[in-house]
Order: sequence, then C-alpha cells, then structure tokens
Amino acid sequence: MRAIAIAIGLAAWLPIMAGTTPGASALPPTLADTGFYDLPKEPFEPNHPLWTDGATKSRWIHLPPGTSIDKSNPQAWDFPVGTKLWKEFAFERAVETRFIERMADGTWRFATYAWNPAGTEARLAPEDGATLESGFRIPSRADCLACHEGPVVPVLGYSAVQLASPPVATGALGYFHGNCGHCHNENALPGTGFTLAQPGANPAVSAKFRAQAVARMKSHDALFRMPPIGVQVPDREGIRLIERYLQENP
Amino acid sequence: MKTLALAIGLSIPFLALANDPAKVERGKYVVTVSGCNDCHTPWKMGDKGPEPDYTRMLSGHPEEFVLPPAPKQQGPWIVSAAATNTAWAGPWGVSFTANLTPDAETGLGKWTLRNFKETIRTGRHLGRGRPILPPMPIPMYKHFTDADLEAIYAYLQSIPPVKNKVPDPLPPATTVAETKR
Repeated sequence: MRAIAIAIGLAAWLPIMAGTTPGASALPPTLADTGFYDLPKEPFEPNHPLWTDGATKSRWIHLPPGTSIDKSNPQAWDFPVGTKLWKEFAFERAVETRFIERMADGTWRFATYAWNPAGTEARLAPEDGATLESGFRIPSRADCLACHEGPVVPVLGYSAVQLASPPVATGALGYFHGNCGHCHNENALPGTGFTLAQPGANPAVSAKFRAQAVARMKSHDALFRMPPIGVQVPDREGIRLIERYLQENP
Repeated sequence: MKTLALAIGLSIPFLALANDPAKVERGKYVVTVSGCNDCHTPWKMGDKGPEPDYTRMLSGHPEEFVLPPAPKQQGPWIVSAAATNTAWAGPWGVSFTANLTPDAETGLGKWTLRNFKETIRTGRHLGRGRPILPPMPIPMYKHFTDADLEAIYAYLQSIPPVKNKVPDPLPPATTVAETKR
C-alpha cells in the first residue's frame, strides 16, 4: 500500500517538475523562493500544538512592513495581504517545511517543501504528497485544505486561542482545539452539531465521543483512526490526557 | 435568507426541488449517466437477471443485508462484489456504498453543498475524514465541474429519503490483525 502511495506521489511529481500541472506551476518551486531566507519573520509557539508523529516543529510568521492583523473578531483574525507563515517539521533533521500565504485577492495558498537529506535545499513537494522512507507522510495539497479550510480562517496555530496568555483552554480541551477543532467545528461540519474547537467544546457529554475517541486515537486503521490526516503514530501522551479527561468528567 | 432556505431544505427536502427545477433535472441526468445507481441502488434478481431496486433508489448498502466474510482473494482475482452490488471486497478491505438519499440521520440530509463538493474533490468523507474507498471512481469524479456537482447535490437532496444506516467500511485483514478496534 505504501509502495502504491509512493508510486502515485512520484507520478504526480513529474508533471509538477515539468510545470504542466495547472495551478501547481504558480507555486514557488523552492522554499527559498517563498522568501523564507530573505524576509523578516518572527518565530512563534502555539498553546496547543498539533501532534504530528512526534516531529519537532518550528514556526514563523511574516507580515508585510507597515501592516498588522485585525484582531477585532477573536474567532477570526484578519491577516493582511502578503502574510506568510512557515512551519518546519524535523526528525533529527528538517524533513518538510509547510507554507501558507495570503494573496492579493484575499485567498490563501498552501504549499509544502521537502528537504533534501543534506539539508541544503527544500523543493516543492508533489501535489499528491509523498511517503518518506521513514514512513512520515508529506500531505497532499488536498490534505492541506482539508485541515486549514475547516475553520473560517486557515491559519491554525496563530490565533486568539493559540496565543492567549494565560491559555483560554487547558488540558484536554486545549488538546482537542489544537488537534481536532480545525475539522470538528460548526464551519466545516455544521450537520454534526459537535465541536471540539474553542470556545464551546464540551465533548464529555457526547456518548459517541466517549465510546470512540480513545479507540480512534489508538487505532492504526486508516479508515477508523483520528485524526485521519497527518498522524500515523498514535500520540500516547494525548491519549492519556483524554482518558484522564473522561474519568474526571463522567 | 440563507438560514430560512436551509431550515426549509432540512425539514422538507422535497421543497428543495422547487427551488431550481433545471438544476435538479440536470443533476438527475448526470447521476443517471454517471452510473451512480450501479452501486448506490441495491440490485435484486429480476426476470432478466440482476436489476436496480428503485424502491430503494440510491440508498446504499441495505443495513439488513449482513454479509459473511468476503471470499479469499486468489491470484489475479482481487475484487469481489455482493449480490446487491453495494458491498465490495478488495485489497482496501470491504467497502459499502453510501446512502445518498436526503435522510437526515442515515443519508446526506445534513450535508451541506460544501461537504458534498469537498467529499468528491478530496476523496475524503465530508472532505476531511477517512478516505473514500474503491470502487467509487473519485479519480474521475473529482473532475466534475462546480456546476455539475451543484446539480448532483440538488438532485440528491430532492429524491425520496430512505432510512438505511450503511455499515462502516472494514479494513484489510492484515490491518485488523495489528489493530484493536
């Protein structure tokens, strides 16, 4: 199955390299081309980081000079045109750097860059993603959207909840916000009537959540596990946190 | 206005049809020729062989049709289908075709247009969940235009709701062995 995924990934790589995939050719071909090395950028750390198979992560934001974020709606910060964010994933060495940019028309674009083993260059990853030798999965562009277009604003780690001091949510509720709330919210899944985003999440009252959450977090079955994207190694600490939360909220 | 339309759409799905008959008609055409009934309408044995059972149109794998384990894959024969054409076993596990009728609890009644479009475009349940499995032809259907997907959605929301809870897919046997579910 993994071999198939790699084959698909490689097949998708070729047209991108040749610049023939519509839309893809417009993305900066290398991390350097996104302005990663040239633009001023601030590192930041969210309160509730997403579990990504234990990767060490670094994050930066760039705002164009003279601009600022409109924070009047705490649920939906309005970022200026030209905002850029980067997030580097490392397992001993950098493997992937993800990139989000707000365009002149107000839309956002998403790309991810895969590092060469020497760590000297990161190039645009295939549109369909790729599975690295270690088993780590670089997401497809559709998967970027699946998580980041869930909430009203696609910036997940730089928000009122994620940067509040002291944090507005702690423990399990914060964990849910950072790991589940980008899909389980009223914007992405209005029909389910179930949210894991802050403010508002109270999953302890959901019988389905109580019955399935831990089993889904422990599962290696791609059809069953949660989150369904970006995680292949269950988060043992996160699972303990949820188990404790369920015990404390009968 | 949107809230009003949504409320009416949810409580009386048939009225959605009145909103844009041309779109519903176009959706019916696309659904028909794209073969949706081939798998999402259970088949029954008729006088001339298997045929779709339109009394259960597009309601997916019948929940009462509980299947024994799929036959073992042998050599090049890697896929098997149940008599209804609504359950398929292959290297991906066992997939059951979804209930596409607007039943609120077991079908697409609570799905928004956005949920539907993102499902087809991404190949993930509700656009963000588990992968949609073969034989659903996502690699082809993801190329539907926005207009076609909107028409299909309008048509599916207009058909009679059927209460039928389709089972969750089953993983491949190798995954079951290493996973506690």
